[in-house]
Amino acid sequence: MKASVIVFPGSNCDRDVKVALEAGTGQGVNMVWHGDTDLPRTDLIVIPGGFSYGDYLRSGAIAAHSPIMREVVARANAGVPVLGICNGFQILTEAGLLPGVLMRNANLKYICKDVHLKVENTDSLFTRAYQPGQIIRIPIAHHDGNYETDGETLKRLEGDGRVAVRYCDEGGAVTESANPNGSMANIAGIFNDSRRVLGLMPHPERLIDPLQGGTDGKAMFDGLVETVAA
Amino acid sequence: MKAKVHVTLKPGVLDPQGKAVQHALGSLGFSGVEEVRQGKYIEIDLSETDAESARSQVDDMCRKLLANMVIENYSIDISD
Repeated sequence: MKASVIVFPGSNCDRDVKVALEAGTGQGVNMVWHGDTDLPRTDLIVIPGGFSYGDYLRSGAIAAHSPIMREVVARANAGVPVLGICNGFQILTEAGLLPGVLMRNANLKYICKDVHLKVENTDSLFTRAYQPGQIIRIPIAHHDGNYETDGETLKRLEGDGRVAVRYCDEGGAVTESANPNGSMANIAGIFNDSRRVLGLMPHPERLIDPLQGGTDGKAMFDGLVETVAA
Repeated sequence: MKAKVHVTLKPGVLDPQGKAVQHALGSLGFSGVEEVRQGKYIEIDLSETDAESARSQVDDMCRKLLANMVIENYSIDISD
């Protein structure tokens, strides 16, 4: 399996994602500069976290119109899986590959801490190595993670099983106090309608090795590698 | 032509920054501030000399980049 990681000016989780993918695939990863217009043949595209273009205008807004994104959108529409993490999630919404928007955290603070997540749908390339309803612990690190969308879209996301992960407490209860940023319905990650595009605010690539304090993020990369390589 | 663009949050969209500004104004002693909504103001210089054509270009810019139509509205003023 060959994966590509898109690198923007201001990306800062690109190398972490590369390490996570290489650990899973045993192969090198294409690091693709945002200004490129050609994307090599690829089985998976990852848009990493960071602060592309310094979050100018709106988080992800400028990156969404980088030259390479035209190709990313075309590949996504052709069925190539796309994973957007944190700033990558923001970029995917701005590029129109995922609905809604990530607004400023409700408490206006940059939040960097571990949170608990409930895996809501395991019927996807990204979440298949988790158990339905599994509670995992993954770090978040963002200022703009407050997921908002219109009522109609929210209904569709819920009805079609497109909520991938939700913020919850340690016991798995989805409560307001377990919601770090004010997101609607405690949403931490959503799929597109084919469930081949996933955007999520938490950083699974930061927990893939016991040395990092846990391995709850590893299953996402293992699941991807297993399915996409098969 | 010059374009002045105001980008504002749609009514009903929560504005935590506006709320924080409102509270800060209250603690400075400005009473009676009922609501604050924060937006963006953008000035654009255009080589275009026709006002209508300038407006339609800037309208396109707003839709594609300057505003996020999910949560924001925009208004455009065109002048010489």
